[in-house]
Order: sequence, then C-alpha cells, then structure tokens
Amino acid sequence: MTRTARRRTLKLTGTATAALLALSALSACSSSDSSSASSSPSASSSAKLSGTVTVFAAASLKESFTSLGKTFEAAYPGTKVTFNFGGSDTLAASITSGAPADVFASASAKTMAIVTDAKDAVGTPVTFVRNQLEIATLPGNPDKITSLKDLTKSGLKVVLCDKTVPCGAAAQKALTAGNLKLTPVSYEQDVKSALTKVELKEADAAVVYKTDVKAAGGKVDGVEFPESANAINEYPIALLKDAPNATAAKAFIALVESAEGKKVLTAAGFLNP
Amino acid sequence: MTEPVLVAGRKQPRQRRRSPVPLPLLLPALLGMAFLVLPLAGLLIRTPWSELPHQLTSPGVWQALRLSLIAATCATAVCLVLGVPLAWLLARTEFPGRGLVRALVTLPLVLPPVVGGVALLLALGRNGIVGRWLDEAFGVTLPFTTAGVVVAEAFVAMPFLVISVEGTLRAADPRYEEAAMTLGASRFTAFRRVTLPLIAPGIAAGSVLAWARALGEFGATITFAGNFPGRTQTMPLAVYLALQSDPAAAIALSLVLLLVSIAVLAGLRDRWMTAP
Repeated sequence: MTRTARRRTLKLTGTATAALLALSALSACSSSDSSSASSSPSASSSAKLSGTVTVFAAASLKESFTSLGKTFEAAYPGTKVTFNFGGSDTLAASITSGAPADVFASASAKTMAIVTDAKDAVGTPVTFVRNQLEIATLPGNPDKITSLKDLTKSGLKVVLCDKTVPCGAAAQKALTAGNLKLTPVSYEQDVKSALTKVELKEADAAVVYKTDVKAAGGKVDGVEFPESANAINEYPIALLKDAPNATAAKAFIALVESAEGKKVLTAAGFLNP
Repeated sequence: MTEPVLVAGRKQPRQRRRSPVPLPLLLPALLGMAFLVLPLAGLLIRTPWSELPHQLTSPGVWQALRLSLIAATCATAVCLVLGVPLAWLLARTEFPGRGLVRALVTLPLVLPPVVGGVALLLALGRNGIVGRWLDEAFGVTLPFTTAGVVVAEAFVAMPFLVISVEGTLRAADPRYEEAAMTLGASRFTAFRRVTLPLIAPGIAAGSVLAWARALGEFGATITFAGNFPGRTQTMPLAVYLALQSDPAAAIALSLVLLLVSIAVLAGLRDRWMTAP
C-alpha cells in the first residue's frame, strides 16, 4: 500500500464517514422510538387523557379487548390503545424484563403472580372475568366427541396448550379431575395456535377456552364437558409500576371493569367473576 | 478513488507483511465483532453455573438435543440431494423466467418462518393441497411428526445451500466441463466427475450454513410440526417454552446448543471452509 498524503486523508475521511454513517443509521432507527416514548409521559401529567395506552393481554382476550380499545379511543379522542396479545407467561416475562407497558391482563393468577412477585404491578390485581374450557372439534363434529374421555380414543389427533401456559395448566387440571390420561400430538405455545391447528383441520380436537370457540365462528364446533368446572381460570388485570401513561391506563382498566366492559366480555363468552 | 486502489492492488503482494490495517476497515470490524459477541457474553455471564449440573442432567435436555442434531442433519441431507441440482440448474442452464425462479427459491430467506410453517401446513398438512393426496395414497401425514420437523427445517435452510453452491458454480470455470464433454463425457458424467469435485468446498460451506440454520429453526418447526417432547420438540422449542416458566433452565439449554454449534462449526470450518 502507498502512504501518500492523499491516501491518509482518504483513510481519515473514510473513517469519519463510516462512523457518521453508523451513527446516523443508529439515530435514524431509534428516533421513531424516542419520539413515541416521549409523547406518552407528557400526557400523564395533564387531566385530559391523551397519548398511547399499551396493554399486554392474554391471547384469549384478543377479540373483546380490541373492541373495548375502539370504545376507549372513541370515548377519549386523542388517545390510542395498542395491544400486545400473547401467551400470558411470555407477556409476564417481557414485563419483568422491562418491556414498556401500562396494563397487564393475564389469563391466570399464576402468571400475574410473576409480575406482582417482581414488584412490577401497582396495588393488588383485580379479577375481571373468568373463563371455562371447552373442546373445539372439526365443524360438524365428525368424530362424535361428546366428552373429555372421548379425546383419549386412539387415532384421534388432539392438541393441548403447553403446561406452562394457563390454558394448558387448566386442561391438565380438568384431565386430573376426570382421572383421564391424554397424550396429545402437540403441546402448543398458546391457546390461539392450538385452535388454529383445528381450524386448519390438522388436528381433530383441541382443549381451548369457550371464548376461543365462540371467536372462531363456524370454523370449529364447541363441546362442553363437566370437568371444566374444576378448572375455571380467573383473569386478573393490573396497572404496571413503570406505566408510561398511568392516567389513561387507569381509565382503560375502569372501562374493562365497567358495566359496558362486562357486556362486551360476557358477549364474547367470558363468565362474570 | 479508483487510482489508489489499483496501485495498492498491484503492490499488495510485495508489501503485504508491513502494511497496516486501514482504520476505516478496522474500526467498523471491531465494532461489528463486539456487536455479535456481546449478547453471547451476556448469556455466559448470566448463566446460573451452580444450577447447571442439575439442569443438564434432566433427560429432557438430551432428548431435545438429540432430536435437534438428528433433524438438522437429515434436513441438510435433504437440502444437498435437492439443492445442489437446483443450484446447477440455476447456474448452468438458460431458461425463460430463470430470474423469477431464483427469486422464488430464495423466498424462504425473507419469509417469516411462522408464515413458512403455515404455508407448509396448507401445502403438506393433512388437509393441504399435496398433503391430502399423501394421506389418501400412502397414509402419510407430516404434521406432528419428526419427518415434519425435517421438512420444516429443510424448507428454511435450503436457500442458504442453493445460494452458496450457485455462487461457487458461477465462479468455477465452465471450460473444464466443456473440455470433458468434448472428450466424450455426457453432461451428467461431466457434472459428477468434474464439476462436483471442483465445487466441493462451496457445497461444504453451504451445507454448514444450512445445518446451522436448521439447528436454530424455531418458527416453521413449531407451526408445522407442533411441540411434543421427544418427537418434535427440538432445542429451540424447548428453550422457548422453558423461558416461559424457568428462565434459568432456558439459559442452560441455550448454552448447550451454543457449545454444540460452536464445536461443530469450528471443526467443519477449519477442515472445509478454508479450502481454496
């Protein structure tokens, strides 16, 4: 390599350009985050609600909470509700690792305890609904499934939620209550993926929530079973300690607990607490 | 800017030993290295070393690791059998719409793996376009089976092999094959006896890439093959589900996967990938 002055300057400008490029790339990518983050805390100081409320909610709440979010945005113009629906444990784990969220609504007391044990929630979580299990079968129930015991028939492809997720824990509880042993073809990571397997006709049946069967419309049939009474999940909701928009978050929780919220939730198949 | 480069290029062999590493390359290179290594360091630092023996002696870990290694190796074999001829077709033949075919073949690279899994279900599932026929004719259903894991991993990993082999084929001189054919070899014989040995390093590199991608596959596998311990629960699935309830176990599992990957990749790289 030659060592002329020209090369040296080339090198230096090259370094500078590279550094500048890297910096600008970083700042360009992060600027959108910082602007949205900075806009929400300013809202909490004023009495009038505004800004974004971030709600982490169990996958089974998807339909009813999405509808309640629209109600909230209509009632408080200038606000926006963004949802993160998923397995309650995934959500709890991301909250305890510092994910920016205002409200957590989980599908079991156990997953809520992960958050409260980490002292990430404000006050005591309140149970706002309960949910019961149901068997989802193919449309028309071609396998003639009428009870939980029917699922143990050989040749039947049944999917359950994994034991770490609330719907899986509840299914195990119901199976234990019925003194049944069931070997599924898969332990799914959340209730919606279990339901999808039946909707796509890959599995013959899944143990999911009543609300999921209702939300799937005609794509699956629901079969109630008595053992589900032993495994009713309570859904707690809580305001989070590091909520960027606590005022609006409180209003959203109030809406969920109000008569109007109850109406939407029971219409989706949830039971009153 | 072109002039100094040309000069440097001509003088390089003579001065290679003494020339310093240029700063515009060194700084980003070091930053890049730190960026890639730092998260791994985080994993190592947060590893619950005292709990490790307890975590690693659970049979579930070895079951998942064994399944991962078998499935990734089978998927690589599938990629080799189908991918090398495909790469040859793309590099050595002319046909209308070749550009489109190449784009379609590499699609799994950009497709979110979960979407890939759903696409596989729609095509090869019990109720899929091809899967329905497979079920009726042979009684074969792929979802929820170890074969399904192999299919999902091969789907995601094959583009890596195809791209790598196609690149090597394009760089290899086609005149060797032409010479073989003028001497009476058929096109297939020329491929087998001349081309294959010529591009062996590229095939090896592609296989290693495909194997590594298959080993870490998560989205397509859990969507297409489901999650059942010993049958379809590979290491990444076990790590993900352990993360839900027991982060310490998840870190321990990740560490095992990491060590095995490093051992295999380092071993293969030294043997194959540094070949000229």
